Amino acid sequence: MATILFWLFSALMLGFAVAVVFNRNPVASALSLVVSFTGLAALFVMLDAYFLGVIQVLVYAGAVMVLFLFIIMLLDLKTEQRRKLNAGVIIGGIVVASAFFAQLCAVIEAVPFGNRTFPPIQGNLQDVQNVGRLLFTNYNLPFQVVGVLLLVATIGVVILSKKELK
Amino acid sequence: MDLTLDDYLLVSGLLFTIGFAGVLLRRNIIIIFMCLEIMLNAANLSLVAFSRFRVHNGLPNYNGQMLVFFIITVAAAEVAVGLAVIVALYRARQTTHVEDITSLKF
Repeated sequence: MATILFWLFSALMLGFAVAVVFNRNPVASALSLVVSFTGLAALFVMLDAYFLGVIQVLVYAGAVMVLFLFIIMLLDLKTEQRRKLNAGVIIGGIVVASAFFAQLCAVIEAVPFGNRTFPPIQGNLQDVQNVGRLLFTNYNLPFQVVGVLLLVATIGVVILSKKELK
Repeated sequence: MDLTLDDYLLVSGLLFTIGFAGVLLRRNIIIIFMCLEIMLNAANLSLVAFSRFRVHNGLPNYNGQMLVFFIITVAAAEVAVGLAVIVALYRARQTTHVEDITSLKF
């Protein structure tokens, strides 16, 4: 059952990721990306990372993609008019991506214990509790630094969005 | 047949390759930006898979999941700043097509 669900959600995620690349309408691309991220959240849940699965849906499929859609609508981007296709770029891109994937397969092949199944988890997994405890003990400093980063990003966005940059 | 670590790594690698191909093939700067997000998420998937694989005392290794948490946070900040830059660029040039923005081209 878990195997079928894994391949189902993987196919969903990969299929809609391909749709992001090949859709000519930016709004359709953004909506495909929402579905792709939701499939990825399902894979996180299957890996017992419940907190990250929820965060993936809330932050990525929710906030980030709404921001993308908002900007696309704001810029009023029409469907890209067909420019003359540069065959060299397309062939080059596909060749480079395929070579990259072949290299990646060789690396995955070399991962030790890669063909082993996942060891079982004991008892009820208190996922959010474990993540929260680690976040406020071992990872307290990075957590606060990330808070500062978000503040800096907010201020930067406000300044960048001003009518005239000085 | 149970799932192995290789299955997750393969899916993660495929997702990364799709994002990579998108960056190379597309010429709309917003689509390129979305493909960057796809690549970040592919890396996240392999991190979570490794985290679940390294079970210690009956618990997954949470260090990997912490890294994913920080990646998601930084990616959200990155998206906000990147989109603000794209809006500023659009105001200056009225285009999001990368081949129309070649001021720095040698």
